[in-house]
Amino acid sequence: METKELIWAIITLSEKELRRFLRIWVQTLVPPAVTTSLYFVIFGSLIGPRIGAMDGFDYIQFMIPGLIMLAVITAAYSNVVSSFYGVKFQRAIEELLISPMPNWAILFGYVVGGVARGVMIGVIVFLVSLIFYPNFEIANYGLTILVLFLTSIMFSLMGFINAVYADSFDDIAVIPTFVLTPLIYLGGVFYSINILPDIWRNISLANPMLYVVNTFREGMLGSSDVSIPLALGMMSGFIILFTAICLYLLNKGIGIRQ
Amino acid sequence: MSEYALEITGLKKVYDNDVEALKGIDLKITKGDFFALLGPNGAGKSSTIGIISSITNKTDGNIKIFGVDIDQNFPKAKSFLGVVAQEINFSQFEKVEDIVITQAGFYGIPKDIAKARCKNLLKKLSLWDKRQDQARNLSGGQKRRLMIAKALVHEPKLLILDEPTAGVDIELRREMWDFLSDINNKGTTIILTTHYLEEAEQHCNNIAIIDEGSIVEDTSMKELLSRLSIQSFVLDLEDEIQDLPDLPIFDLKSQDPKTLIATLTKDDDLNTLFDKLSEHGIKVKSMRNEQNRLEELFIRLVKEKDGN
Repeated sequence: METKELIWAIITLSEKELRRFLRIWVQTLVPPAVTTSLYFVIFGSLIGPRIGAMDGFDYIQFMIPGLIMLAVITAAYSNVVSSFYGVKFQRAIEELLISPMPNWAILFGYVVGGVARGVMIGVIVFLVSLIFYPNFEIANYGLTILVLFLTSIMFSLMGFINAVYADSFDDIAVIPTFVLTPLIYLGGVFYSINILPDIWRNISLANPMLYVVNTFREGMLGSSDVSIPLALGMMSGFIILFTAICLYLLNKGIGIRQ
Repeated sequence: MSEYALEITGLKKVYDNDVEALKGIDLKITKGDFFALLGPNGAGKSSTIGIISSITNKTDGNIKIFGVDIDQNFPKAKSFLGVVAQEINFSQFEKVEDIVITQAGFYGIPKDIAKARCKNLLKKLSLWDKRQDQARNLSGGQKRRLMIAKALVHEPKLLILDEPTAGVDIELRREMWDFLSDINNKGTTIILTTHYLEEAEQHCNNIAIIDEGSIVEDTSMKELLSRLSIQSFVLDLEDEIQDLPDLPIFDLKSQDPKTLIATLTKDDDLNTLFDKLSEHGIKVKSMRNEQNRLEELFIRLVKEKDGN
């Protein structure tokens, strides 16, 4: 394909992905706003004042970056896993395989869809948080936006790998339910690991979600439990690794070609 | 540039469950041909089409599309190709128009050009009124026609039709064939697989029959049909007859008092049969083939291969 054709093909696939989740906005964009509102009401407004300060911040203020990350990770992952598994299930993947689009462009299109939904959800949840904590001020806009995008890219790629291997709708629910959600909840969304006993603090440091959540908290609040250069390096490394795995799977046709 | 639209050499496919679907087939299809690829279920047709269209990985062999080797420049080779798959393969929740325009986009065709082509195709395929409908609301026949529109929107030079008329009613089927014949006349090479053998006989110039992963016949339709040694005709009579006329040289059977089945060899003359029937006071009102001629040959070839 010539460069112009290739760019147009990528725009087409990206547009298709955006159209997909915007068409079903009640399922894709509204639930995180509702769930997060409930978190803010229960943990922020009702229980939060009893908890007091966390790392020197109001509890509701401390929760905001973690809850945004929780929503962003879930949105980016589930967008790609459900969309790509959906086209496999409906055989619409053949539309792409028959076309001259290179595999990296197909991956790029799906990641654009996941990132768009992840970032959109991040903004929605942040706007909801402002209703409950109007005086929130972002400490470092550059780092906040960088982590938002890196996280969305990383979990979009993970969602893609899950979709390639998935053979049923159960397979696309297993990882988010049994792996991602527990790791995120235990990754410092609701607490600082500084309040944990040493042994649990050390175990928590092995949880990659902790680095994602804390780097984002550093961007939004200027406070983190982990080293930011290490966390950014880890995220970049995972993105490179997951991209390589996705391209290998696409080139080999694993899960998509007989 | 090659004189062939498609060249297949030594194509083999062994699936993970050790089923050998293709045993090294060779096939050449000239540019502009309307070619029938026939075979019983599980013969290897879908594997062949799947490999050409990159839905299936090949085990061995070579494929060139308009002279471009798929192992050397698959994107270029694929740009020549349009495929109407046997199974519905589009998102059922998208609008008809979006499906066609998006497919064009995957080939790098800008939206304004894609929209114009989409309009033209949907009108020709009687789907224009449905352009804003979700695909899942279309009937079976409409979905088949949408598949054709989708396969043609990038104006491929080689179109593969895998059972294109399944579920399409007679009137629309006729319209579809007129449309496809027109495309073929304008230079698009067409490969057809179908279970409606009369359609293959009517439209295709050349034919290959595949069975158990091997090509058992690869010739012109005319040549193949000329090999038919016997044909059966159904004769509808003007008046009822009580007994079969005694015509030693012809094989006649009575289906009912007003219908005869006459089986003729290549050397038999229909005029002689009519003369003899007239001598017995039997008038024939109309006549048709008992079975499609290609169907007879197809069954015979496949049976011969099976040793029956």
